[in-house]
Amino acid sequence: MLDVLKRVFGMSEKKSGTVAKERLQVVLIHDRASISPEIMEKIKEEIIGVLSKYMNINRTEMEISLENDSDSVALVANIPVNSMRHAK
Amino acid sequence: MSQIIVITSGKGGVGKTTTTANIGVGLAMRGNKVALIDTDTGLRNLDLLLGLENRILYDLVDVTSGRVQYKKALVRHKKYENLYLLPTSQIKDKSAVNPEQLVKLCEEMKKEFDFIIIDCPAGIEQGFKTAIAAADTAIVVTMPEISAVRDADKIIGELGRADKENVKLIVNRIRPQMVEKGDMLDMGDIDEILSVACIGQIPDDEKVVVATNRGEPAITMSDSVAGQAYKNIVARLCGENVPFLKPQKEGFFARLKKLFGLL
Repeated sequence: MLDVLKRVFGMSEKKSGTVAKERLQVVLIHDRASISPEIMEKIKEEIIGVLSKYMNINRTEMEISLENDSDSVALVANIPVNSMRHAK
Repeated sequence: MSQIIVITSGKGGVGKTTTTANIGVGLAMRGNKVALIDTDTGLRNLDLLLGLENRILYDLVDVTSGRVQYKKALVRHKKYENLYLLPTSQIKDKSAVNPEQLVKLCEEMKKEFDFIIIDCPAGIEQGFKTAIAAADTAIVVTMPEISAVRDADKIIGELGRADKENVKLIVNRIRPQMVEKGDMLDMGDIDEILSVACIGQIPDDEKVVVATNRGEPAITMSDSVAGQAYKNIVARLCGENVPFLKPQKEGFFARLKKLFGLL
């Protein structure tokens, strides 16, 4: 019934056109920046390397990606920190 | 001042050759002297779309290799006498013509023609580089599909790197009902993603298949919506300000009616 109501009012789950747009936006960021997955992986490893000197990070849950930030591209990193390494 | 326009897309099958044929016929119908150059060497089709396949004697490779003068290779259209086709070879491949040769040929042809329209092959390799070399305007043809838009973006980047500043977009084979339901990228989405001036929105139209079958481009058919969209594109290329054909939006009551129709 809810589905029927939604259809009458023209609302429903995300339309495939919107999905296409969002997928395109992500793929084009990478295309335009000409950054290969290999380089992204390298960047990730090096960031881990630097951060690990100062803190213990959760490698499995970290995320590094390129995102559109209005008219520019941003490198967004989400890196969970388990604990700090204290300088001896 | 004559114009050299390349019709390109990156992805194959989006309607480059159909667009070339229609724009060529449209410009000729308005009294311009037009030459169409097929650069899709090895996979030529522009001759078929124009119904000129049986009249080819020489081709682009004969001309660029210096075997014959370009005027000898031109095929004049039966019906639109201002329209000429320079077909390419079906036997050779893309390496048979290089950018310098095409630039030189277009420089020579410019003296005779108001418009030179170059039909580019799919891809971004040598055939593409040759096709765009001489052009001062590039028209990128795409479709409201994720793969076609991605390839159009790539091509727009390549055109920028080749210092082509005058780039225009045509979105082909739009299905208004699907756009309306939200199941197809709409013009706003494509504009936002590619940000290139749009000069045409062409609805998907079965008449285009009929036109291709007959070798008479849709722009010559009075009852083809795609033909009408091509007429508008030609007018815009000639500097006229023509509004885009607006597909009818389905309102609340139409949706309600459809729902009761379904139940």
